[in-house]
Amino acid sequence: CIRFILIQNRAGKTRLAKWYMQFDDDEKQKLIEEVHAVVTVRDAKHTNFVEFRNFKIIYRRYAGLYFCICVDVTDNNLAYLEGIHNFVEVLNEYFHNVCELDLVFNFYKVYTVVDEMFLAGEIRETSQTKVLKQLLMLQSLE
Amino acid sequence: MPAVSKGDGMRGLAVFISDIRNCKSKEAEIKRINKELANIRSKFKGDKALDGYSKKKYVCKLLFIFLLGHDIDFGHMEAVNLLSSNKYTEKQIGYLFISVLVNSNSELIRLINNAIKNDLSSRNPTFMCLALHCIANVGSREMAEAFASEIPRILVAGDTMDSVKQSAALCLLRLYKTSPDLVLMGEWTSRVVHLLNDQHMGVVTAAISLITCLSQKNPDEFKTCVSLAVSRLSRIVSSASTDLQDYTYYFVPAPWLSCKLLRLLQCYPPPEDGAVKGRLVECLETILNKAQEPPKSKKVQHSNAKNAILFEAISLIIHYDSEPNLLVRACNQLGQFLQHRETNLRYLALESMCTLASSEFSHEAVKTHIETVINALKTERDVSVRQRAADLLYAMCDRSNAKQIVAEMLSYLETADYSIREEMVLKVAILAEKYAVDYSWYVDTILNLIRIAGDYVSEEVWYRVIQIVINRDDVQGYAAKTVFEALQAPACHENMVKVGGYILGEFGNLIAGDPRSSPLVQFNLLHSKFHLCSVPTRALLLSAYIKFINLFPETKATIQEVLRCDSQIRNSDVELQQRAVEYLKLSSIASTDVLATVLEEMPPFPERESSILAKLKKKKGPGAVSVTELEDSKREGGELNGGGDRGPDTAAMAASNAVSRLYHAEEGRQSKNVPTYVHFVSR
Repeated sequence: CIRFILIQNRAGKTRLAKWYMQFDDDEKQKLIEEVHAVVTVRDAKHTNFVEFRNFKIIYRRYAGLYFCICVDVTDNNLAYLEGIHNFVEVLNEYFHNVCELDLVFNFYKVYTVVDEMFLAGEIRETSQTKVLKQLLMLQSLE
Repeated sequence: MPAVSKGDGMRGLAVFISDIRNCKSKEAEIKRINKELANIRSKFKGDKALDGYSKKKYVCKLLFIFLLGHDIDFGHMEAVNLLSSNKYTEKQIGYLFISVLVNSNSELIRLINNAIKNDLSSRNPTFMCLALHCIANVGSREMAEAFASEIPRILVAGDTMDSVKQSAALCLLRLYKTSPDLVLMGEWTSRVVHLLNDQHMGVVTAAISLITCLSQKNPDEFKTCVSLAVSRLSRIVSSASTDLQDYTYYFVPAPWLSCKLLRLLQCYPPPEDGAVKGRLVECLETILNKAQEPPKSKKVQHSNAKNAILFEAISLIIHYDSEPNLLVRACNQLGQFLQHRETNLRYLALESMCTLASSEFSHEAVKTHIETVINALKTERDVSVRQRAADLLYAMCDRSNAKQIVAEMLSYLETADYSIREEMVLKVAILAEKYAVDYSWYVDTILNLIRIAGDYVSEEVWYRVIQIVINRDDVQGYAAKTVFEALQAPACHENMVKVGGYILGEFGNLIAGDPRSSPLVQFNLLHSKFHLCSVPTRALLLSAYIKFINLFPETKATIQEVLRCDSQIRNSDVELQQRAVEYLKLSSIASTDVLATVLEEMPPFPERESSILAKLKKKKGPGAVSVTELEDSKREGGELNGGGDRGPDTAAMAASNAVSRLYHAEEGRQSKNVPTYVHFVSR
């Protein structure tokens, strides 16, 4: 299952942190720094998978942002790699060619997108059509 | 500043965020934040009751400030108030604040639970989902106590909307994981299994995760899910590309759902019902077939989605370990991936093949790829891929290829990352011992290990080589000669001195005839390293010296000189001083008979129960090793600490774990009368 999802930029600023297990604030900060350190030294010759403590991180870089999903060692790497991509495509559609600033100014909406697609450490919905339909409906509400 | 969407303005928030981003320094940022905090505090305390929009805006600002990394010690009450609004945008911010800034204030918990209760019974699917998501995100004990019985009811009620079912399933999963005692099995369990047949694929996707977790703890209760899962999988895998419109991803039908179904099936043994089993095998064959078809798209998303399913299917095939045809096909498919352009696929193929190697049906098929794997070990640029290649070589090692594999691993060890050396050393030591037919090869291998990676050769490894040399007459002379030569190196590792000191002390007589390795030459060689060694090594060398006096009386005078000098008998270390004094005395007053008795050659070591060598000997003799013994040693090995934290014990345990698995497989191979090579179509 998913332990946490992070979106960080190259400089190390966190644009989204979604946690699926209990950590206190100090631990969270330490994890964020460790993930950033581990992921930013990798390049095209590396895999998109990295051992991390007792887990593993599946990640992909999109322009200046690293999307990282921390999962159990026994989880399916490619399924989560495409899970990330599916999520990014939804963000892209919802924000009309999403950029980092969209995630900053609309941070509270990004959580909504995350909760549509992932919940309780598992994948909740995978149909981009259904997710976007729901997001647009929510957007129309007062 | 990007356009904010129409639904809610919150212009004030956008302005605040802009201000923060425009701050030129950390101090300016803190100043701006404090200003805002003061403003919000005064608004919250103010006489005028705030309207919902303003409350929402301020709570959202507080949340933003918290996410920047600043502590927030107020606003919780206002956030809870937002929960009772009947406007979605206000509720959403309230729930978000609470989820992110979980508070253990009991007053608030009562109010939060109240609000959640109201939203759950509101019949408004949007509000119900907000409430369910909050419970799933927070998952506290109090929430579990309040709602653990309500959620299953919502999940299986006929009138619950699809999106609510999705959220309820995963919410229940969260509660079950954190407070399993509060989620009681009941009427709802059989109806949950039937969610696998739901026509909304998103509901199935969510329900599967719940069912998978529940069936691991209550396999009997949920075993009816197996045939439903097989049907579902079969329908997806054989669907035309125009079915499943919303759930087709880059021309792959429902990839995540397929993976989850295959994962659920791994919680159970192969289906007993012949028809179900047949359908499943057909499914798996179809998945393997599809991997050979030309791709419908060049995009990497297409191949990743397709391969995600393939790898999960292979996991299931390995889990069953009962269909030789499928196992061999899986092996062939992975063999192709070993040379794929993409590093991801080569990595996953190496990893997956490792598990295949321990199955009796596919072990031989795996071995055919040895050259490719050795090449990967030498040429892969990502160290984690090289590591998987090393793991696979270890897993595929048997009598036929042990010498080659050990040689390659030794060669790899010379340049391996420091973080993986200890594990590599243990693996090489285990393989060398396990597959040694010729023990001089084993001795060479261990001494090479010490030479190449001495720092990472733990005590267990060099104790072992000494035990083996003591126990085997046929290799003692060879060991003495080899160790003597190894010690000639100008800078040899301290572990080499330990092993050398011990072996020459016991068996130096076997090479003393040759003038190049005469007793005095041996002594001088050892003593030349003496001052470079740590205390424990020196203690061992002193023991070797007294043994020399017994073996070679002509060295007595020289050695006594050494023992007598101040640096030995007045050494500040108690152990060294004691040994020097006692050995000196022993050498001067004991008669040659007494000396010979005291310093008699070491008797053979008794075989320890858990020793790897004992198992090897037993296997060669009549009667098989009992399965329970193997199971016990498997259970001894604990989980491997991930990352760089591999202590010697856990690494040793993990290594012996893997060896136990290999033994188990070999045992099985011998007892099942399966031919030792399996015919397969080679590519």
